[in-house]
Amino acid sequence: MKKLNIIAVLAVLVLGVMTFGAVHAADKLKVGFIYVGPVGDLGYTYQHEVGRRALQKALNDKVETTYLENVPEGADAERAIEQLARAGNKLIFTTSFGFMDATVKVAAKYPNVFFEHATGFKRAKNLATYAARFYEGRYIQGQIAGKMTKSNIIGYIVSFPIPEVISGINATMLGAQSVNPNVKFKIIWVNSWFDPGKEADAAKALIDQGADILTQHTDSPAAMQIAEQRGIHAFGQSSDMIKFGPHAQLTADTDYWGNYYIDRAKLVLDGKWKSDDTWDGLDKGMVVMAPYTNMPDDVKAMAKKTEEAIRTHALHPFKCPIVDQNGKTVECKGGDRLDNGQILSMNWYVKGIDDKVPGQ
Amino acid sequence: MQLVLERRAERSTVVAIASPLIAIALTLVTIGILFAIIGKSPIEALRVYFVEPLTDPYPFFLQQEIAVKATPLVMIAVGLSLCYIANIWNIGAEGQFLVGAVCGSWLAVKTNGTDVGHWVLPVMLILGALGGAIYGLIPALCRVYFGASEILTSLMLVYVANLGLDYMVRGPWRDPHGLNFPTTAAFDPAASIGTLFEGPGRLHAGSIIALVVVMLGAVMLGRTLMGFQIRLVGAAPRAARFSGFDTNKLVLFTFAVSGALAGLAGIVEVAGPIGHLDPGVASGYGFTAIIVAFLGRLNPIGILFAGLFLALTFIGGEGAQIALKVPLDLTKVFQGILLFYVLACDSLIAYRVRLLRTARKVAPANA
Repeated sequence: MKKLNIIAVLAVLVLGVMTFGAVHAADKLKVGFIYVGPVGDLGYTYQHEVGRRALQKALNDKVETTYLENVPEGADAERAIEQLARAGNKLIFTTSFGFMDATVKVAAKYPNVFFEHATGFKRAKNLATYAARFYEGRYIQGQIAGKMTKSNIIGYIVSFPIPEVISGINATMLGAQSVNPNVKFKIIWVNSWFDPGKEADAAKALIDQGADILTQHTDSPAAMQIAEQRGIHAFGQSSDMIKFGPHAQLTADTDYWGNYYIDRAKLVLDGKWKSDDTWDGLDKGMVVMAPYTNMPDDVKAMAKKTEEAIRTHALHPFKCPIVDQNGKTVECKGGDRLDNGQILSMNWYVKGIDDKVPGQ
Repeated sequence: MQLVLERRAERSTVVAIASPLIAIALTLVTIGILFAIIGKSPIEALRVYFVEPLTDPYPFFLQQEIAVKATPLVMIAVGLSLCYIANIWNIGAEGQFLVGAVCGSWLAVKTNGTDVGHWVLPVMLILGALGGAIYGLIPALCRVYFGASEILTSLMLVYVANLGLDYMVRGPWRDPHGLNFPTTAAFDPAASIGTLFEGPGRLHAGSIIALVVVMLGAVMLGRTLMGFQIRLVGAAPRAARFSGFDTNKLVLFTFAVSGALAGLAGIVEVAGPIGHLDPGVASGYGFTAIIVAFLGRLNPIGILFAGLFLALTFIGGEGAQIALKVPLDLTKVFQGILLFYVLACDSLIAYRVRLLRTARKVAPANA
């Protein structure tokens, strides 16, 4: 009993001695981030966290950043965003599609706070949207795959049939067809963004069906590890996965949000922020290709040339004419290419893919 | 040498009431030490966690949010407590929650954009409760007629419900103007539960429904024959059989009621704070409610407080992430420590720990 008393007294002392007020920097611009996953997912959320750290580092004396991680996309999202607004954040990035309606609602309540929603399509005076042209990197990956494959079968592991994913599949196929007309895709939907077990199973099944190159639109490095074990090649997703496949990774289509976050914070600091719809790619450094590895020099040279062409807008992955799965030529609303609206709402496959878009 | 738990002969009422308070006090001390270790002021931390959400000035945004967060947890947990008291194990409230959300949303989607009147919302709530009840009856019927373990079947049906929800929002109910993203259109005002007050808070009529559920649950358990049956079957199944109570009927009843309450919670959540149906509706309330049910001692009034308290730790944890820049994991550790102490205090009140020096020593016969 005496020992317990002593512990209790000690604990009270610790509590008492350790009081000190929080120090707040009054003049700094407060910038908040809402993440859908944990910062340690090594994929999508991690890349946003890398962007936040870049912002904090670049404008360290002018901004103070905060994040809320693992925020569910249901009823909790609205409160989490509003908490950031109430805490004095003047610029708030909500980094997942599922936060769209919640962001719209909070933005309406806080007209003096600037909101930015990633990958969505609803905007307001104080609500901008931003996304990356992931399909640009996928076109390059398609070309590499078309050159590297011996079996002419590419395995594709996908999450959900949303337009971003469908346009990625199409861009990969168009890239592959530009160098190899005989390429076929095997596609497996795992219905999750992050499920290492299912992703690994899908990878094994695809390899057993003859695929000698894997690509994925899911976030874990599981497929890369399987490719490494089985001695075939694969592409990383969202972040550079070379650690998981030192002999397997050809390149990776990575997201880099740092430049954008720094630009937007600067605009707020200069009083010039306005609601925009940003959709950048290789040109602005929002999509960055991981180093080209494990491939012959001629393939590497081709990949670099294509990357340069897309960066300088000399080549557009969705350049016309494009023929859909049923042999019908697609209308070109963007002149010599598909327009952004067509790419952002894509729910059909290009010719050569013998899968069916789920739910269509 | 071995440690044994030995039932105490008598329980002191004072200690029984003090037990949760002791548990909370121990949690505060432990978490305070944890904060001190990572270099944050424990006093400041506890203030952000507990005092700030409760003392938020007018218009009481954070207090309203606590009620919003607690509403589905309390509704589901009251239903679950009926099952658990009777030793019937419904682990699939999450699935019943989702089916309720989907069934109620059916009407909202079908009437979207039409001006059909104010009967839409009440019918949605009824459909939600019905859907949840029917979904809850599946594992109950499997147990009654095939002897299948309701623990397994109710849990597995959660995944079925999840995929069903996924199918509906990606297929037939997808918002035609939503660029093919997996979500229904936003519900019309006639299909939504509005907020009770103007301004930033989101307190809605669903919280009132939750209070009514708590009261009905308390009355039913304490004052009706059905409540007596539930308690008797749980405490003394043999005695219950001798007195002619039908356990199978009770299985069906408790599953139907807990399914209906979970389904109601689902549609309230969708028609209230969320405002549309999408795969994000599945956020684990049905599982968290199991914790709430036990934290509230399977007593509806206790569940009300347990739900509010758990909601407080969620919202305080968010505040701590923002104000103190501590990771989310600390909030989870915190909730874990709290549960640990609650269960430990409970056990130590009912039981005493004894150290047996030699296991073979036989107790004197005349003791």
